[in-house]
Formats: sequence, structure tokens, C-alpha cells
Amino acid sequence: MIAIDGIDLEIDRGEVFALLGPNGAGKTTTIEILEGNRRRDAGEISVLGADPAQAGREWRARIGVVPQTQTEAGELTVREMVAHFSAYFPDPRDPDEVIEAVGLGEQARTRLRRLSGGQRRRVDVAVGIVGQPELLFLDEPTTGFDPQARRRFWELIAGLADDGTTILLTTHYLDEAAALAGRVAVIAGGRVVAVGTPADLGSTDAAAMVCWQSTKGPRSVRTAAPTDCVMKLAREAGGEVPGLTVTRPSLEDRYLELIGTTTSARRDGAQR
Amino acid sequence: MITTQPSRAGRTASVSRTASARLPSIVRVSLVRGIVEIKQFTRQREYVIFTFALPIILLVLFGQIFHGEVDHTGVSFRQYFIAGIIASGLMSTTFVGVGVSIAADRDDGTLIRLAGTPLQPAAYFAGKAILAIVISAGEVAAALATGVALLGLHLPATPARWLTLGWVLVLASVTCTMLGIAAGCLVRSTRSAFAVLNLPYLVLSFISGVYFVFARLPAGLQHVAAIFPLKWICQGLRSAFLPDRLLAAEPVHSWEHGRIALVLVAWLVASLVVCVRTFRWQRHPDR
Repeated sequence: MIAIDGIDLEIDRGEVFALLGPNGAGKTTTIEILEGNRRRDAGEISVLGADPAQAGREWRARIGVVPQTQTEAGELTVREMVAHFSAYFPDPRDPDEVIEAVGLGEQARTRLRRLSGGQRRRVDVAVGIVGQPELLFLDEPTTGFDPQARRRFWELIAGLADDGTTILLTTHYLDEAAALAGRVAVIAGGRVVAVGTPADLGSTDAAAMVCWQSTKGPRSVRTAAPTDCVMKLAREAGGEVPGLTVTRPSLEDRYLELIGTTTSARRDGAQR
Repeated sequence: MITTQPSRAGRTASVSRTASARLPSIVRVSLVRGIVEIKQFTRQREYVIFTFALPIILLVLFGQIFHGEVDHTGVSFRQYFIAGIIASGLMSTTFVGVGVSIAADRDDGTLIRLAGTPLQPAAYFAGKAILAIVISAGEVAAALATGVALLGLHLPATPARWLTLGWVLVLASVTCTMLGIAAGCLVRSTRSAFAVLNLPYLVLSFISGVYFVFARLPAGLQHVAAIFPLKWICQGLRSAFLPDRLLAAEPVHSWEHGRIALVLVAWLVASLVVCVRTFRWQRHPDR
């Protein structure tokens, strides 16, 4: 089974890079290969100067991993969980500081199974960063968070990035990629379909959609020259064009277009 | 090709920091793992109670059921079976318990989390072995106390017998723990782990001298049992607790300490090889 094919990326030190794509696009497969936790059939990879499939413990001590699945082992307290993971690393952060940083200071002595889902996810993040990684992998870190928890989490990640940690995260939330990442790769069907800054991806250079009501029903045209199109419509109508709208694709439209879910919907619209 | 490269600015300070810091020693992280395993065990109260209650209840039951002595050796059946119950409890704790806990660690995300750290699998295994030895020691103490109080068992009388008890218990715990880990690497889920691991455990209990006097089993079954560790663990424990008079009722009229050690070490090595070759922190359905 080929899960990913044709992913070609360079990520610089200190960068926050997001892999954005729908479920099943190959984001987790990609990130697990980069973490050295999954074998690849072909291709060249260099992470912190080493091939993850061959890299040893010294290399592993320099990365941090927050996997997609949530912690369920429940009999330890938050403090014990974070502290024992810190013992595996050569130069860890202070566990209490990490627990404060993820906002669990009050729950430090609470057993994991008594925490809410969002709180457990923050324990995962604490475990991922306690080793003071140079490179942090976050696989869908905020799935299941309420909006407030997501904002707080974004602040935490931005703080880590400010300290110089390179961060590669996967997400299927557009706003998350836009809020956190300097650059975004959109993945669909195991391929990179676009790479750029969030602003690039939602670029206003993209074709605009002109919609109006004709005598035969609603019409729409996608064009790079909407002004010409509107002038022509105005001449034909001899005045006001009924139901006229001109829209530029939002980042979300662009994303949906990239991953191919709206292609058929747009075609339907154009034919009407 | 996916690369992460140093930017021009670089982070020389943090890079040199990482290079200078040493990874913690395997002994230290093994102890950390052992403490975590013990904490997780002791905080599941019903698990603790039932683990230690099982050998006591079995011993009391056996004491009610069996009377008389083994082949006029002066050793009562009750005393004979104490060794078997201790050995069987030890295998249940180590082989079945550890095997299931590996599957559970895989299911609850513990292994995936550990995979993201520099922890060696050997330290993870060592943590399992430390817990297994601690539980085994507790079970042995509970069984011995019951045996002495209710069943007329005499504690080993000489330092040599205590020494035998010690090395048999430690070697048996470590070997069965590694077997449990090897088996736990092969089972697919926690739900299937109990069924998969209980079968060999129960079959071996029946043919290894736990519930029946070993020498009275059919010769064919004796030969099969002699391939596996449990028979030898039972025999080693009998040699620590029971008088040499009992040798008259053993199939070979010797305790065969050398062979006990040899068989257990052979299984230990074989299961280590399986663990090293098959253990993966993560299991992917597509490979």
C-alpha cells in the first residue's frame, strides 16, 4: 500500500511548518517516517542531519514527539508522568516549569485518568517538550479542544517557536495552520499539492467568481479578469445586472479546491 | 527529499548544549521504569489484592482437598503442591501478566509515547522485570506464610537451600518475564492477549507438577513438560523447600540444579532473541 508518494520538502531550523490536509491524506504517515517510527520504501530523508531510520539515541534525544493518539495510561499523576519522561533525556526542562507552561499547574498531583480530554492532550504536549527538543513533531495536537483551549495551546506553541524550537505540525484545521505556521504544505492523497505561506495559499491573485441571474437562471463564471466580465455583463444587460456578486476565494475555498472536495460542486454551479 | 537544515543564524548555543549533555545510563532509566511500573501496579487496588490472594486461596483449597503423603516419603501432598502453586503463580504474574501488560501498553499509547524518547527497549523490558520480581517476591512471601501457618511447611533450613530458593526465583521470574514480553510482542490486542497467553500457561500448569505429582504423569507428558520452564521451576522450588527424602518420588532421583539452570537460561536467551528481533514500539497494520 502506498500511503504517501512525491513529498519533497525542506524545512529550516527555527521554522514552524504545518502539514495541512484532510483525514487519510498521509500526514501522520509522513510525520512518523520523519520521527523514525515508520519505515519507508523509498526516498531520501535528512532530519537534523541524520536519516531517521538509522539515527540513534543521541538523535532521538534532540527531537520531541506528540503522537496523534491521546494518553490513556491513567494511574500516574501529571507530575509523575512528566517527571519520568524527563529522566529519559540528557538535558531536560524542569518538569514543574513544563507543567506550568501547558497550564496544568493546578492538576500536577491529579491522576491522568481524572483529567478531561483536553487536559490529557496537554500532558501529551508536556511529555513531548520536556526533553527540550530542537525539533518538535505535533500530530494533530488540538483535535478535540474547545476554542479557548486551542487559543491557549497556540500561545504555548508560539512561545516554543520564539525560543528557537523547530516545529512540524499536522492539522486539518486551516485556522490553526494560519495562526501557527510560517509555511504550510497542503497534502492530499499522499502528495503535496501546494506549499507556501498561509498568505500565499489564500492569494488574491487567484481567479474570482462572478455570479449573476440571467433570464435562464443563475449563472457563474470563474475569471482572472472579473472587471472585464462585469463590464461586458453590464453592456449586455443594458443597466443593472440582477443578483451580481464578485467573490475572491478565501483561504478555505482555496484549500478545499486544493484537496479536491469542491471541484464537482463548482462545476455543478457553473453549468446551472 | 525532506530535510531540516541549520539556518544561517543557527542555534549554536543549544546544539553545543545537547552535544555536551550525556544520555542517562541504562541502569538509571531501568530503575525509573521499574518505579513507574510498581506505582501503576500498586495503585490498582483490586489487581494487587487478587494477585496476592490467588496463591493463598489455592493453597488453602489444596490443603482441604489433598491428604496423605507422596509415595511414603514423609512429604505430604499439601507440602508438595506448595512449590507448584508458587511456581504457577510466578508464571501467571510474569508470563501472562507481563504479556498482557505489553499489549495494554501498546493499546493505551504508552509504547508510542516511549518511542518518541531515547529510552532503550531494554530499559523498558527491565522495568517489566523489576515489577515482576517485586510481585513474585510478594506472592512467594504470602504463599510461604500460608504454608507455614496452615499446611505444616518448614522454611528452608540451611543457607544453601535459601540460596537455591533465591536463584531459582530470580532466574524463573526473569525468564518468564522475557517469555511474556516475547509473547506480548506477538499478540495483537489486549483483548486477545488473555486468551492467547492463558492457553500455554494452563497447559503447562497441568503437565509440570503443579496440580499433580510430576512423577505420576504419563511419561509422554513428562517429556513434553521437560522442554518448557515451568516443570524445572517447580522442581527447583521443591528442592529448596522439601527434604531430600522426596527424591525417591522424583522421576530422576536428583534435583538436577545444573539442568534447571541450563533450561531456564536457554529459554531466557531464546526469548531475548525474539524480543530483540520482533519488538517494535509501534505496530503498523500495513506491514
